[in-house]
Amino acid sequence: MSFRDAGPPVALIVIFGLFAVLSPQFRSLTNVQNIVDSAAVLAVVTCGITFVLMMGSIDLSAAGVMGASALTVSLLVANNRNDNDFGFLAIVAAVLLGCVFGGLSGLALVLLKVPSFMATLGVSAVGLGVATLMFAGVQPNISDTMLESWAVERFLGFSYLAWIAAACILLGWLIQRYTRLGRYAYAIGGAEEVLTLSGVKVKPYKVAVFVFAGAFYGLGGVMVTSQLGAGLVQAGNGYDFSAITAAVVGGTLLTGGRGGVLHSAVGVLLVMVLTNGLVQIGVSPYWQGGVEGVIVVAAVAAAVIPQRRRNQVVK
Amino acid sequence: MSALEVRGLVKHYPGVKALDGVDLVVRPNEVLGLAGENGAGKSTLLKALVGLVTPDKGQILVRGESVKLRNVVDAANHGIGMVFQEQSLVPNLTAAENIVLGSEGAGVRRGIYRWDVMRRLAQEQLDKIGSHIDPLARTDSLTFAERQMVEIAKVLRIEQRSQHPPVIILDEPTSVLESKEIETLFAQIRRLREFASVVFVSHRLDEVLDVCDRVTVLRGGQSVGEVATAGAVPRELHRMMIGSTGSDDHYHENAATPVASDQPRLSVRGLSGKSFRDVDLDVAAGEILAIVGVHGSGREDVCRALFGAEPTTAGEIRMDGTKIDLPSTRAACAAGIGYVPAERKTEGMVGSMSVAENMTLAKQKARLTGPFVAPKKQAGLVDSWIERLSIRTPRRDTAIGRLSGGNQQKVVLARWLVGGDVRLLLLDHPTRGLDIGARSEVYRLMRELASSGVATVLLADSLEEAIGMADRILVMADGRVATEVPCPNGDKPSPLDLVKEMV
Repeated sequence: MSFRDAGPPVALIVIFGLFAVLSPQFRSLTNVQNIVDSAAVLAVVTCGITFVLMMGSIDLSAAGVMGASALTVSLLVANNRNDNDFGFLAIVAAVLLGCVFGGLSGLALVLLKVPSFMATLGVSAVGLGVATLMFAGVQPNISDTMLESWAVERFLGFSYLAWIAAACILLGWLIQRYTRLGRYAYAIGGAEEVLTLSGVKVKPYKVAVFVFAGAFYGLGGVMVTSQLGAGLVQAGNGYDFSAITAAVVGGTLLTGGRGGVLHSAVGVLLVMVLTNGLVQIGVSPYWQGGVEGVIVVAAVAAAVIPQRRRNQVVK
Repeated sequence: MSALEVRGLVKHYPGVKALDGVDLVVRPNEVLGLAGENGAGKSTLLKALVGLVTPDKGQILVRGESVKLRNVVDAANHGIGMVFQEQSLVPNLTAAENIVLGSEGAGVRRGIYRWDVMRRLAQEQLDKIGSHIDPLARTDSLTFAERQMVEIAKVLRIEQRSQHPPVIILDEPTSVLESKEIETLFAQIRRLREFASVVFVSHRLDEVLDVCDRVTVLRGGQSVGEVATAGAVPRELHRMMIGSTGSDDHYHENAATPVASDQPRLSVRGLSGKSFRDVDLDVAAGEILAIVGVHGSGREDVCRALFGAEPTTAGEIRMDGTKIDLPSTRAACAAGIGYVPAERKTEGMVGSMSVAENMTLAKQKARLTGPFVAPKKQAGLVDSWIERLSIRTPRRDTAIGRLSGGNQQKVVLARWLVGGDVRLLLLDHPTRGLDIGARSEVYRLMRELASSGVATVLLADSLEEAIGMADRILVMADGRVATEVPCPNGDKPSPLDLVKEMV
């Protein structure tokens, strides 16, 4: 890890320390558990989006994919709308649905040459549409004990959701470090033409990265359903941009080729600590959104200071 | 039998015949030089040899057998590999990954990386060329010369694909290297010759003669001659390249006018910045001052600082006695200073914008009526400069990126002339990447501007160019002005005199 990667972790420690000094409630064990638990879904979504950002593409499909996945899982496990009770298989189905949506984004990008910004925005709308159709006016409430337990049961003080998120981060890191998919995603962000000149076919890898990210969004949708106890079209509301924010704050640049899963995990914690800390020290909820926004921009500005040059072009 | 042979290769592009029946023979274990002006067809030929361009007609033979090369992998399978001019390494991967990229073999099993194997594979390649680079170092942490070694190690991976000795093509490998690094590279090329054939392309003829066994000269998409390098002189190659004896007055020294005024137009005192200290210099109206120095002498930064594009810590700059604000490119422009950057493609021009827009970029006022662009005014202005500088462009609306390098550079120069208020030109390697004909035109233009009273600071591409063009030469070393050498017509210093001061 080089000096320029040290910024976000240092910021995390400093901000955490600051809130801990200011607020006794903030530094309580319960609150730390709270922060980690509430970071779980965002961490999983951010993990997926990180691979897309590493390639230098962008992914706005998370909200739609999560909505579709939430409805899918809630209608396939035991629920009040039908007699299904597929249990774990329902979760697998929701994750696979995420993969399909990711595949659509990827194919639109490499075959139809639609820029990822528009392709994923479209896929998000499709996802929301599918979710709305499945919702059909009646909210499916789940009664599957396993899925319900994810948000409630604890292991070593943290919810199952938090442990799932930790497992996702570990998996993401292993893939980024030790698989061709992960390394090529990184390389595509670094210099795509070079891969082509070296005889690598990049298109399949690009699609694969979107499929892979889609799986994480699918799982994210399942996790939200577990938290809410019901399948909602809006399950993924706001996660698309929160995930991008967290990834960028953590040091994964939108230009690609930099950062990674661990960076993004730090970014997620930074954002969550900030949100939680502001509440704990008593900042009025009316102020919160604005204050958060300012701090996020400041964090990114601080992160890029080491690379700032005179006459540099930023878009 | 020849290692690689090309027979009657033809390639048309819309409106241009890039290759017009080229013949070429590369023998086993030889270093073949390829010389030719820009536009002679060198790069198209090289691309055809690695399968990036499909020729319309003609044959490529590898060890006597005719082959069709569809892409770089095809070429590699036939043992042909190229080190590209723009370095082709992924900056954020390790050296090892770059070396085996696309042919990881045992380094990846079922999509899973085996780092120890990757490291070993890469080390084998680096050992071949005797390089001590750490295979697990990130590529962007390596120096330019080190990265080039990584590229050569990478290209040698094609030995894994073909049992025959490889053909390695080096496209302008020296253009950004320092002389010491060039020596290392040449030693490497001689080493490669032991087990491979090498095609070496450079626009520096002395280098071609130095390292090659034989040189093939291209002109207008055809092979116009072949020279054994033993005993050959650059002048002879020159002639073959440009197809005539060429003018002896390459630098238009006859057009040079004596500097009239002693009054300095530009006067710099005690200028200091990150890489230079206490720089004093004066340039009179109509004078051409060349600054020479080795890499790291700080001359590039001084030049940028004069334009306000590099921060300064101390010192002052006066134009005709008036102090200008530092660092501010805006103030520099307003004071009548023009800057032609070394990186034409990224800093000198906006490739997708038209000739007209590029020309009026800095002096917007010249094309405005009130706050609005006046199309007629702009057209008249741009056309008059296209004509005065004889810029060859289909139309004034043509994207500048589609012109040849020489014509692009003329547009970049014209940008400072359209305002009619330019008093000082800072030319940072103005002839970099230009062919002989285009260079000559830039030199002529510089002479014209000088005789019209414009002061010029020149960072030349070569010492010869500095000596040929300058009225006076400033030698910089380690960020300081080492000495000043007068350089009048008829009493020019020798390159050796300057080199002594530079190191």
